Amino acid sequence: MDKDNYQHHISQQFNKDLAAVRNHLMEMGGLVEKQAADSLDALLKGDTGMAENVLQVEDRINKLEMMIDEECSRIIVLRQPAASDLRMIVAISKAVADLERIGDESAKIARMAIQLAEEGESPRGYVEARHIGAHVRRMLHDALDAFARFDVDKAVEVAAEDDQVDLEYRSAMRSLVTFMMEDPRSITRVLNVMWTLRSLERIGDHARNICEQVVYLVQGKDVRHITSEKMQEEVRKPGKR
Amino acid sequence: MTESRTTHSKQNGNDAMTSTEQSSHGFDASQLRSSDAPQLNLANEKLKMDVQHLNLFYGNDQALKDINLVIPEKKVTAFIGPSGCGKSTLLRCFNRMNDLVDICRIEGKIMLDDKDIYARGVDVAELRRQIGMVFQKPNPFPKSIYENVAYGLRLQGVKSKRVLDEVVEKSLRGAALWDEVKDRLEDNAFGLSGGQQQRLVIARAIAIEPEVILLDEPASALDPISTLKIEELINELKDQYTIVIVTHNMQQAARVSDYTAFMYMGEMVEYSDTDSLFTNPQKKRTEDYITGRYG
Repeated sequence: MDKDNYQHHISQQFNKDLAAVRNHLMEMGGLVEKQAADSLDALLKGDTGMAENVLQVEDRINKLEMMIDEECSRIIVLRQPAASDLRMIVAISKAVADLERIGDESAKIARMAIQLAEEGESPRGYVEARHIGAHVRRMLHDALDAFARFDVDKAVEVAAEDDQVDLEYRSAMRSLVTFMMEDPRSITRVLNVMWTLRSLERIGDHARNICEQVVYLVQGKDVRHITSEKMQEEVRKPGKR
Repeated sequence: MTESRTTHSKQNGNDAMTSTEQSSHGFDASQLRSSDAPQLNLANEKLKMDVQHLNLFYGNDQALKDINLVIPEKKVTAFIGPSGCGKSTLLRCFNRMNDLVDICRIEGKIMLDDKDIYARGVDVAELRRQIGMVFQKPNPFPKSIYENVAYGLRLQGVKSKRVLDEVVEKSLRGAALWDEVKDRLEDNAFGLSGGQQQRLVIARAIAIEPEVILLDEPASALDPISTLKIEELINELKDQYTIVIVTHNMQQAARVSDYTAFMYMGEMVEYSDTDSLFTNPQKKRTEDYITGRYG
């Protein structure tokens, strides 16, 4: 299954509808990517203006989610899609939910950014946030790229990255707990950083979910709820199912 | 190959077919010829019919090209494909309806259980009793509802009114028509609606207790509600009968069948369990057809 195959239906309108819903998903993906990046920047630079902006854009993402869902329902009811078309619609409607959640997590980070900036003082854990944040942003970017290009290999690679992020997250948690034990007055602040790291880690999970949808979309295999190694094995297997 | 496969699938219904074994060992299904029936796991099915290297010619035109497939017992198998792909021709081979076409020539075997239905000395009338058929347009006889259903039994020489009454009621119930016609069994069958007529024809087919029922576009001339009733009926009938259905309506094939074969230009392109075929077909041609693409 390749990405150009979606423009070969006998019904031109169907081609247009499918193209439209895909484009909207990509548009939403781009927007969400920027939200994640901006919220993290706002946090690290203490830029409350940027954080406020993230919170405003959040609404647009929610609207896009509803619009794409409606387009998917419309295609299902009008076209009764089968095979790759069906998988496309299912994958899009799942990916859209993940994107929306990434938007939510970005908004949470933006709120933390505002709180932390108001409290002043450079808190602990920013190094970790910067590191995990960069990692997760790259994952999200690559996951969307894999979706746009129907690139299963890349999807598998990105999904494996999530294991790394989980490790980094756990080790960051440990060091933040140490900070709190050393200096109980910092607990409120450090907790905010922890929530931020938690959100970043969640964004990584959602990026992985999107990658799983890419595999389903292209190969028709369900690779959810298995380890990255199993996923790799499954994808390489010839035939489907 | 033919012999080994036949004995294989016949003697041991619990064993998978050769092609399935290949695919489970990492065999690339796209490399298979169309006749190799890729991707089908019938390990848990008992086989009712087995088509082996079937070729069919109308004069010089070859309408079916080396068809190989098996029909599992008490399951619904659907044939789909564009007009002229040979699906109705194949269906009609199953009870030798093509014998009636002068220029038609057939090579290969179609096994019903362990008998070749094209072997010498096969009683075609008996064969058609075992394998009943229902057509696109309902074709009741110009007789009463009762006589339509009782007709086959009368032909077999059943005279007992009690037996006839019993079978008529049982068949009409089986065809989900009894409640609608029980008070007017003596009315002419032409007074029924199209959907009712089609169910009457199905009642007539099951009255003689066939083993296999062939349905050639059974709902394409009916309105959506009658269509749903026929589909519901097919679902109930498969507890007792092996059903093979030809349909242009792909959603219908997806809804009613357990296995689906996609045919194109006289070839069996893909034969698979219905869920796989409609969500994840292996052949590009199948994909193009069921998603409405030009190939």
